[in-house]
Amino acid sequence: MKTDLLLERFKMMLLMRRFDETVDRLYAAGKLYGTIHLYIGQEAVGAGICGELQPGDVIASTHRGHGHNVAMGSDPGAMMAELLGRATGLCHGFGGSMHIADQKLGNLGANGIVGGGVPLATGAALSFKIRELPHVAVSFMGDGAPNEGCVHESLNIAAIWKLPIVFVIENNQYGMSAPVKDTYAIERLSERAAAYGMPGESVDGQDIFKVAEAARRAIDRARSGAGPTLLEMVTYRYKGHSRNDPARYRPSGELDAWKARDPIEILRARLLQDGVSEARLAQITAEADAAIAAAVAFGEAGPFPDPKDVLPKVYA
Amino acid sequence: MIETTTAETLFGKALNWTITTAMETDPNVFVIGEDIGQFGGAFGITKGLVEKFGKPRVLDTPISEAGLVGVGVGAAMMGMRPIVEIQFSDFLVNAMDQIVNQAAKVHFMFGGNVNVPIVIRTPFGGGVGLAAQHSQSLEAWFYHVPGLKVVAPSTPDDARGLLFASIDDPNPVIFFEHKLLYSVKGPMNESIERIPLGKAVVRRPGTDATVVSYSFAMHRTLEAAEKLAAKGIDLEVIDLRTLYPLDIETVIASVERTGRLAVCHEAVIRGGIGGDIIAQVCSSRTFSKLKGPVLRIGAKESPVPYSPPLESYVLPSAEHIESELQTWLK
Repeated sequence: MKTDLLLERFKMMLLMRRFDETVDRLYAAGKLYGTIHLYIGQEAVGAGICGELQPGDVIASTHRGHGHNVAMGSDPGAMMAELLGRATGLCHGFGGSMHIADQKLGNLGANGIVGGGVPLATGAALSFKIRELPHVAVSFMGDGAPNEGCVHESLNIAAIWKLPIVFVIENNQYGMSAPVKDTYAIERLSERAAAYGMPGESVDGQDIFKVAEAARRAIDRARSGAGPTLLEMVTYRYKGHSRNDPARYRPSGELDAWKARDPIEILRARLLQDGVSEARLAQITAEADAAIAAAVAFGEAGPFPDPKDVLPKVYA
Repeated sequence: MIETTTAETLFGKALNWTITTAMETDPNVFVIGEDIGQFGGAFGITKGLVEKFGKPRVLDTPISEAGLVGVGVGAAMMGMRPIVEIQFSDFLVNAMDQIVNQAAKVHFMFGGNVNVPIVIRTPFGGGVGLAAQHSQSLEAWFYHVPGLKVVAPSTPDDARGLLFASIDDPNPVIFFEHKLLYSVKGPMNESIERIPLGKAVVRRPGTDATVVSYSFAMHRTLEAAEKLAAKGIDLEVIDLRTLYPLDIETVIASVERTGRLAVCHEAVIRGGIGGDIIAQVCSSRTFSKLKGPVLRIGAKESPVPYSPPLESYVLPSAEHIESELQTWLK
C-alpha cells in the first residue's frame, strides 16, 4: 500500500477508536441509553477489510458494529445521533447501537442476533450473482456466530453456489464471557472452511497489512466467480462484551499482552519507519479528534424523534 | 380494462401460473426452496419453472430453512423479489429467527431505509395423514408479529390475485396454502389484476349469524352453512383471505346486520386468530348489537394425530362445524 493510502487507513482506525472511546465515556456519563458493544482493539480488521472494497460492494455487520460502519465511510455525526436516539441519526433513532447501518454506503446493517446477518450477506451475494453484477459481499461475524446453525447453512449455500462473498470471523477470544477454547474443539476457526469446500485462512488481525493482504485474496477470488473464502481474524477486544462488563473472566496480564500489539501502534510504527513525520501523524490524530468532537456536538444538537412516527414505520 | 379469460383452474395450477407470469414480467422475481427445481416442489407448484427460467432464478437449496429464508431476506434487501417455498409450514419454525427477528424488523429497526419485499409460500394444515410435524396451522404466530403480513386464500382466483399482490408488496408476506386446496378447482381470471391485501369477501350472504373463516376451513364452513340452510338457518360466511392486514370492517358490517358472530379455523382455538377477531368486534360499538354469546370453532387442543379416526376427531370437519353452529344457534 502506498503511503497516502496508509495514512487514510490510519485516520480511519483513529476515527473508529475515538468514536468508541467517546461512546464509552458518554455511556459512563449516563448520556447513552440501552447498551453498547465496543470495537476498541479490533480496528485493523474492519479498516483492513472494508478498505479493500469497491463501490457497490456490501457488508453485513454485527452487534459490535460501530467500527465497521466508520470503515464504510459513514458520517460519525449521524452515527452518534443514532446512538443518542435522535431523529437525525442514521436510522432516525429506531435502531441505536445494535442496528447501526448505512445502506447507501453498502452497510446492510449491524445485527442484534449472533449470526443473524450472515444469511443476509449471503443473500446480497446471491443478488449479485442473479443480476450478474461484479460486486462482493462481506459477512462479518464474531467468534460466537459460527456455532449458530444459520451460519453453517449460509456457508454451505455460498460454497455450493460459488457466491461472491467473504466470511470474516473476528475472533476476539470471547463470546460474551465464554473463552473460545471452551466453545471450539479446534485450534483455528478457519479450519471449518474445509467442511464447506472453501479456502480458509487464519490471520493476525492486529496487523492491517496482513488483514488487507488476506482480504484482497479473498475479495479477488469472490469477484472472479471462484466462490467464498472463510477468514479468521485473530484479534482482541480491549473492553468487556457490553456496557459495564468489567471482563473479570479474563486472566490478568492478557489485556496488556494484546495492547503491546495494538493495531494502531503497529501501523503508526510502520508509517514512521516509512518516513512520515511525527508532526503529520499528530495532525491526523488532531483531525480525528476534532471529527469525533463535532460528531458529538451534531448528535447532541439533534431533536428526539416524534412517537407519531413509530407506527407508520412498521410497514413499508 | 384488461382482456381476461376465465377457466376452471386448480388452486395449485393458479399459483404456478402466477409465479410464472410474475417471473416473466419482473427479472427481480426468483424462486428458492427445497426440491422446487426439476422435482417441481413437494406439491408440484413450481413445476416447469427451472426449465423455463433456469438457474439461478430457480434455486434448489439444501435442507436449510434458516439459510434459505435468510438468503431470501438478504436478496430482498438488495431490491430483489424472492418467492421462498417452505415445503411444510411446520418447517417455518426452523427459520423463525430469520422471519421474526430479521424479515419483520429490518425495515423498522433501520429507520425505514430499506425494505424486505419477500414472499414465503408454505403449505399448511392437516387432513392428509401426515401426523404431528407436517399438519400444523401456525398462522397466528405470524399474525402476532408487527412487520409481517399474512395471507391465506381459499380459491384459485384469490390465490392468483393475492400472490401477485404479495409479490408486489414491499413487506415480508407469509402466504399460507392449505394442502387440501391444491386440488380445489374454481374459475381463475388469466389476468395480472391484483387483489389487494386486507380485503375480505362475503362468500355466502345470510341473515341469522356471521361466520368468519379462511383458507380450507372456509370451504368446510360453506358446506356446513348449506346443510344448515336446508334446516332453515341462514348463515353469512365471510372469507378473510388476508389475515394481516385484517379486514375487521367487513366483519363488523356483517355482525351489525346479523347480531351473531362465530369464527372457524383449522388452527387450535387457544390463541388463534378467531379469538382476536372476536375481541375486536366485542371492543367495538357493535358489541351492543350482539344477541348472544360468540362461538369459536377450531381444532381440539392437541397436536394432529396420525390414524384417520384420531385425525378427524382433532380437526374441525364440516359435520363438526355444522353441529357446533346448530347447537350454538338453538
